[in-house]
Amino acid sequence: MKNINKTKDEYKEIVKNEQPVVEKGRNVLRAFLVGGGICLFGQILWDLYLYLFDLSKQDAGTLATITMIFLGGLLTGLDIYDELGQFAGAGSLVPVTGFANSMVSPALEYKQEGFIMGIGANLFSIAGPVLTYGMVSAFIIGALKNIFGG
Amino acid sequence: MAVKKRGQTFVYSNPPHIVAHASIVGPEESRGPYGEYFDLHCSDTKCGKDSWEKGEEQMAADAVNLSMDKASVSAADVDFLLGGDLLNQIITSDFVARDQDIPFLGLYSACATLVEGLLLGAGLMDGGFADCVVAFASSHYQTAERQYRTPLEYGVQYPPYKQFTVTAAGSYVLGWTGGGVWITHGTLGKVMDLGVSDPNDLGSAMAPAAAELILQHFSDLKRGIVDYDLILTGDLGKSGIKMLTVLLEEKGILLSDKLMDCGAEIFGGEKKYGAGGSGVGASAAFVGSVIIPRLISGELERVLLVGTGALLSTITVKQSETIPGISHGVVIEKLPGG
Repeated sequence: MKNINKTKDEYKEIVKNEQPVVEKGRNVLRAFLVGGGICLFGQILWDLYLYLFDLSKQDAGTLATITMIFLGGLLTGLDIYDELGQFAGAGSLVPVTGFANSMVSPALEYKQEGFIMGIGANLFSIAGPVLTYGMVSAFIIGALKNIFGG
Repeated sequence: MAVKKRGQTFVYSNPPHIVAHASIVGPEESRGPYGEYFDLHCSDTKCGKDSWEKGEEQMAADAVNLSMDKASVSAADVDFLLGGDLLNQIITSDFVARDQDIPFLGLYSACATLVEGLLLGAGLMDGGFADCVVAFASSHYQTAERQYRTPLEYGVQYPPYKQFTVTAAGSYVLGWTGGGVWITHGTLGKVMDLGVSDPNDLGSAMAPAAAELILQHFSDLKRGIVDYDLILTGDLGKSGIKMLTVLLEEKGILLSDKLMDCGAEIFGGEKKYGAGGSGVGASAAFVGSVIIPRLISGELERVLLVGTGALLSTITVKQSETIPGISHGVVIEKLPGG
């Protein structure tokens, strides 16, 4: 016979009351500001490339994306992106810089296990599900388009 | 007949002494409010090695060796080595034992591993199976984080109730003479699971086991909170000690200022660390380096050390299983007349 005879629901209530509150409103605001800031920066780069170089709109956009991916990777390596993530939550997770972070962070983490079994095997450990279901949904949409889209 | 057992509690008729202790901590713990209390400090988390795992192994080995040096014992004098850590197959402890010519018993109760080691070590001695036992434990932020969660540099947001694994190791030499404290009782806890399934909220997962253990300990020995100067948990964190306080208050036990948590203390009030530290290294380093000196100086006389472990498996959590908690306790007292 145990001394603590609480049901899971009773205990859940205690946890709910005593746990420090996750400030959702604050998090949403921070995510909006940082996520929006990242996107704004990307847009500025896009316009800048259009202005500076003789590029098509699409090429300038691609170059801006590549720059953002580079910066996401660089800030991950400099130990800054995870701090930004703690502050901004989804704000820094969702943009393309977040995707770069999800690739570079396992690469850094697993390099001590070697290039094949470390980096090679774990590079997609976080981004894998995104890619898998990105491809699956692309396939379904493509198939639907072929069948119904004429 | 089990004459030395009351309920779930070992009553050591010949209480073993904690003859010596050694601790080693990582860079962030060194900068914390208790930094200078610890014996050795690693300036980088790999301890000069080429991987975090090797760094943790080095830290645990250094703690074991230093504790044996302090106690002036060699491997030949030590009957058994008891140890554990947080990694799969308790591999850090296995590697430490590989380099010691001492029979080894590997232990795992997550953050309650150190207390399990002290409790069993004292039992082996009181039972007449040993004259000298070394118990050690270690944990490491980077090695634990990569095993249990996501890569370190991954920019995910952690909730304020998450604890941060402490990078530290501690080793205790138990013997019959010397030192200023002894282990008089040990209470073995039951696994408790009240349905917490969030791997970021281990404090809540462990608190019921700690409450259960404390109530059982008091009832086995017919003692109460008045009989102790300090109830030291390791490690519920700032969030988990609140749940523990509520659970015990409902049973009429007011811990008030007699409750302290190794993990909540070790990093001080820094917000960056969420609910404070966790990991068995916290209690392994903190108890010996901070609490035992207070017992020796007479500031404290009797402490109940309550190890609390979240039995988290990365696989079963993904299968939506809940996280069971375990807790063990030992009573550490100032030697009479010591």
